[in-house]
Amino acid sequence: MDHPIKRDHARFRKIIKGKIRDNLRRYVSQGQQIIPKGTDKFTVPMPSIDIPRFKFGDKSQGGTGQGDGQAGDPVQGQPDPNGKPGQGEAGEGEGSKELDVELSLEELARILGDELELPNIEPKGKKSLKSTVDKYTNIGSSGPDSLRHLRRTYKQALKRQISSDSYDPENPTVVPIRRDFKYKSWQTKVQNENAAVVIYMMDVSGSMGDEQKEIVRTESFWINLWLKSQYKDIQIRYIIHDATAKEVDEQTFFRTRESGGTLISSAFTLCKQIIDADYPPTEWNIYPFHFSDGDNWSADDTKLCLDLLDNHIIPASNQFCYGQVESRYGSGQFLKDLMARYGQGHEKLILSKIKNKEGILDSIKEFLGKGK
Amino acid sequence: MNRTRPISGDLLTLKNEIEGYAIEYGLDFFPQIFEVCDYDTVNILAAQGGFPSRYPHWRFGMDYDQLSKGYAYGLQKIYEMVINTDPCYAYLLQANNWVDQKIVMAHVYGHNDFFKNNAWFSGTNRKMMDVMANHGTKIRRYMERYGQDNVEVFIDRVLSLENLLDVNVLFDTPELQRKKRSVDIKEMGAGEDDNFLVDDRSQALKAFMRSKSRNEKKDADPKAKTDEHEESAQKPLAKPTRDILGFLMEYAPCEEWQSDVISCLREEAYYFLPQRLTKIMNEGWASYWHSTIMTQRALDASEIIEFADKHAGVMVMGRQNINPYKVGIELFRDIEYRWNTGRFGKDYNDCTNMKDKAAWDTKLGKGKEKIFEIRKSHNDISFIDEFLTPDFCDRQQLFTYKFNPRSGRMEIDTRDFEAIKQKMLSQLTNFGQPVIEVEDANFKNRSELLLRHVHYGVDLDMQYAHQTLKNLYGIWRRPVNLATAYEEKEVIFHFDGKEMKVNH
Repeated sequence: MDHPIKRDHARFRKIIKGKIRDNLRRYVSQGQQIIPKGTDKFTVPMPSIDIPRFKFGDKSQGGTGQGDGQAGDPVQGQPDPNGKPGQGEAGEGEGSKELDVELSLEELARILGDELELPNIEPKGKKSLKSTVDKYTNIGSSGPDSLRHLRRTYKQALKRQISSDSYDPENPTVVPIRRDFKYKSWQTKVQNENAAVVIYMMDVSGSMGDEQKEIVRTESFWINLWLKSQYKDIQIRYIIHDATAKEVDEQTFFRTRESGGTLISSAFTLCKQIIDADYPPTEWNIYPFHFSDGDNWSADDTKLCLDLLDNHIIPASNQFCYGQVESRYGSGQFLKDLMARYGQGHEKLILSKIKNKEGILDSIKEFLGKGK
Repeated sequence: MNRTRPISGDLLTLKNEIEGYAIEYGLDFFPQIFEVCDYDTVNILAAQGGFPSRYPHWRFGMDYDQLSKGYAYGLQKIYEMVINTDPCYAYLLQANNWVDQKIVMAHVYGHNDFFKNNAWFSGTNRKMMDVMANHGTKIRRYMERYGQDNVEVFIDRVLSLENLLDVNVLFDTPELQRKKRSVDIKEMGAGEDDNFLVDDRSQALKAFMRSKSRNEKKDADPKAKTDEHEESAQKPLAKPTRDILGFLMEYAPCEEWQSDVISCLREEAYYFLPQRLTKIMNEGWASYWHSTIMTQRALDASEIIEFADKHAGVMVMGRQNINPYKVGIELFRDIEYRWNTGRFGKDYNDCTNMKDKAAWDTKLGKGKEKIFEIRKSHNDISFIDEFLTPDFCDRQQLFTYKFNPRSGRMEIDTRDFEAIKQKMLSQLTNFGQPVIEVEDANFKNRSELLLRHVHYGVDLDMQYAHQTLKNLYGIWRRPVNLATAYEEKEVIFHFDGKEMKVNH
């Protein structure tokens, strides 16, 4: 059996997750705060959940130290009440001011899902791969001794003794016989492996400023998180475009600043090419996202875009998401054009307007709220 | 599952060897039991204040989380845990190397001797291992009955006040308590039914009986006013008390189990109090002895470098805070030297010839005797107050620092002896916690509670104070007030369950 402190620990984790959920809006709108650690772990910094006490204010107090230096020299860093070396004494120490909480991808995604009430994604009907997993969820009456289930065995023996009237409550000895033995046994489960690909397209023309990119960055972080928790295997492709489009890696995607005009169709064309080349829609769940400030070069190009969407991208995708980030320079026309064409309630096309950082969470909900 | 096991083989031989040296040097200790365990267990023990069994609470889980991470990232490592019990238990980390184990054992004998002999520990319950386990059982049972969330929230509230202790309670013997109470009762003019509680029964039992009698009273007269605050508490207090948990246990309108929870947590807080009062002395004494035993007896020549390395790690000086190990050991050594050479008293102090003074040696040879005497009767405050000298501050390069609002950083303030001493003493006063007293339990004649922060020049952290008041309200269930000074103005914070008000 585990030490009872593991329960205290679980309790602490629960409290912490509650706090993160309560403050999710703040975490999301402040972008950078959640730091990925490896592939499926995240560190969430949060204010320590100290038990409040009457205590002295830090700054007015000052203190005593050891070392050289003259009056007026800085004492490096801030005083750390916990700065004890080597050995420690029982029942002391005040605990540090900041907690770094480690959460797994699943935990963080569940927090997001709970907060936004996101439905689980129903993968497309076409299952690509099947795999089998063995899980010890069953009890059987034969098996190797090493898998013997003691509690079930004794329960069975007790039942047998009671029913055969050989059980004496005064002398409650239970002796299992061969026939009582129960063993853990496994069940084979068929799991559908759903492969998914997310294709991010971003307008990097001159009108998309740093703040707009930050919004896209934050939003894609949370979208990735959610989709990763839903699909075992997920691929992410990045496309940037101004008047021409190219595929880039993640770093470049968020860093690049280009200038010049905007031809959205260039991105859509590249997107279509990627899908055609690598991701047959029968086997893949495809999620194209496009972020822009809504400025397109010409009405002709917009027409071309709608064409691409209608005939290629939308039919191939689970859903196509367009997020329009408000910028000082953008006209926001593209959203209006899409709206005029498809309307608000389209099956597979979702439009979202992101006003500022506070709007990210709502926009994520719009994108992922359909469970597709 | 047994997570710790008694030492055996080489370690047992080593224990006997070190114990022999400790006896030879005149240390006087409780029977010493060493057990070894892995790092996870040491982290668990450390998170639980050294005890293998505590009541369920998320805070232990939080401390465990941080200790485990600290260990995993190699930021910190606990070599040893020692618990003030009789017999004295100490846990060794299995993975310690041989020299570590030697140092730790010698160190533990120092602590053990201190626990047994220092006056501030004289009232400690040495069977605390059992008491803690019992508290765990009780609180678990309350959680089953009243719901984990309810009990946990209540514990959170009580823990919020855990540092508001009265040092004098440590010396309360049953007779003394009886006397005090009868005086209090006379002055408060409380009802007779309180008298039956004036005896040496345990606090927990009293809390239990008190709540019983109160509940009976209520049952007997269903039309009685619903105000549950004890009539006795509505009489003016004879004198302010600092034992806030004790006060709440007696007078707050609590359910039986709630009084009992307060009583458990209060008992545990008072158990740890002597260690908070003697941090410098305790660590200094233990370090003095590990250093003495190791360098004069236990060390093999091949181990000397490793010992020096480890010892230096423990003694490392902090620029932002005093290392109690370092200051403690140096002060004990300084005292030993002064009493060996007679460098104290009027003659020495009045000597103006610097040459004579530097060569001063009366061959008094009372150093050992003096430090043993000091470890018996002093606590950190009196230790610093009496034995800190300008010479010592100079040699140890002590300084005070303060916040400079203009540069926005902490800066060295002065190396003046008096200032350093004052700063150290003020940090040690009331074990570093603000002095808070219950001044009036019937403030404004409305059963409101008035606490007073006795202000010695340092303001409270207001954010924390507000949160604490809210928790206090959760126990007192009537508006609570805190009188303090903030930015040199007298203020009273008032919390009525809904909002915080500040009255100037």
